Parts: sequence; structure tokens; C-alpha cells
Amino acid sequence: MLINEFLLLGAVLFCIGIYGVIARKNAVMVLMAIELILNAVNLNLLAFALRNGSPDGHVFALYVIAVAAAEVGVGLGLVLLIYRNKRTIALDELSEMKG
Amino acid sequence: MLAETLVAQNISFGIIATVMVVGAIRVVTSKNVVHAALWLVCVLAGAAAQYLLVYAEFVAITQILVYVGAVMVLFLFGVMLTRARIGNENDLNNKNWALGIPVALTMFAAMAIALVGGFSDEKLPSPSTAVRIDTQAVSDAIFKPYLLPFWALSFVLLVAVIGAIVLARKD
Repeated sequence: MLINEFLLLGAVLFCIGIYGVIARKNAVMVLMAIELILNAVNLNLLAFALRNGSPDGHVFALYVIAVAAAEVGVGLGLVLLIYRNKRTIALDELSEMKG
Repeated sequence: MLAETLVAQNISFGIIATVMVVGAIRVVTSKNVVHAALWLVCVLAGAAAQYLLVYAEFVAITQILVYVGAVMVLFLFGVMLTRARIGNENDLNNKNWALGIPVALTMFAAMAIALVGGFSDEKLPSPSTAVRIDTQAVSDAIFKPYLLPFWALSFVLLVAVIGAIVLARKD
């Protein structure tokens, strides 16, 4: 198998995730797009781990998974708090900090 | 030569990659939040299958347990706690959502040029020659050279758990 198959799949997923982060208004949907981006990175790490024959890529992929889980936990906690205070999670309506 | 092209692996890669890309596009275009979450399950499970193709069994199992098991449940909780409305919505995109398309395409073009130029025909090691990284090698790496980052990560998880409880608690 070509290494580029995995790397290009990762690039496609990454770009779809970037589009999702830019285009979506709902905060939960933005978090989902961020998960897409993190998975694209993991795919690259594991492809390079196979290419180099080293376990470092696996270790970093596991760390990325753990950090993603923490990020989703805190992110959804923030979303719930915003929803409780504002009754909306549309990101373009949260403009209190605009100068 | 035919043995080195790995027909079965390439076919399964193609099928899983197609499912993943279609699922990812549905995640970012679906008008229904719950459907988007279920398409995300598709993408994450496909990613786990791809990890098996690069001989990363432990990471694949962890991906299933953590993402498909835990993170998706969190997402569905988030969807249901922030809005009881289940069904299609036309209000999920920003006003200037179309800006995302040229940004994503430009970024993909840049990455594709770099990848095709850098790794044009480079093959991954074939199953007979590849260094297999089994779970023992991964745990040896985590608990010897990467022990300090592992500790730091456990503190990150602890802080995240406490922080999420503090944020979401009603008081």
C-alpha cells in the first residue's frame, strides 16, 4: 500500500473538518468537526508509525485520543453552561466580548 | 510482484475510505444534529478499521472504546440537553458558511501538492517486512520514555473531569 493513500485520506478528513468548523453555527456541530480533524491527525500518526517501524506514533495517537476525550468533556460542559445562561448555542449570537 | 500490491488491503482501504469521506461530508452538511452525530459514528468506526490496516490494533480498540463508546454518548447528551427539538433544522450554518468551501479546498490543494511531491510512490512496508508494533511495544514506550507525558496526561484528564463537573453543576 502507498503511504499516500493514508495521508491523503487524512488530508481530506482534515479539510472537511475545517469546513465544518467554519460553516457551522451550532456549538455541538463545531465540536464534531473538531473530532474529524483530530481523527485525521491520528491516521497520519499511525501511517508514519508503520513507515518508521517505531511505537512513538501509537503513543502519540493514544495521547491525542485522551486529549480529545478531555476536550469533548470540557467543551460540552461549556456548551451546557452557555445554553443555560443564554438559551442558545448559536456561536454568532455570543458577541458580548466584541469591542 | 502481485503479492506486494496487497489487493485485499487496497480494496478494503478503498471501501472504508469512501464510507469515511461520505460520512464526514454528511457530518458537516446534515441538517439534523442527531443524524450528524450518527454519521460521525460511521467516520470514527471507519477510522478504527483503518488503524487495523496499519497494524495498530491497540489504538483501534481504544478508538472504539473511547470514541464510539464514550464520546458519542457525550455528544448525544449534549444534543439532547441543549435542545429537545429532534428533526431537521435550517438554522445550523453561519451566514457566511460558503467561505468555508474555498478555505477547505485551498488547504487540501496545498496538502495534496506537498504529499504527492513528498511521498509520490513511497510504499508502506509490506506485511512480511513491516516491524509489527504490538501492545507490548506500545506499553513499553508509554511507561519508559513517555512516562512523564503520561503523568501529565492523567492530570489533564483529572482537571477536565473536575472542570466539567464544576461547569455543568447547577448551583
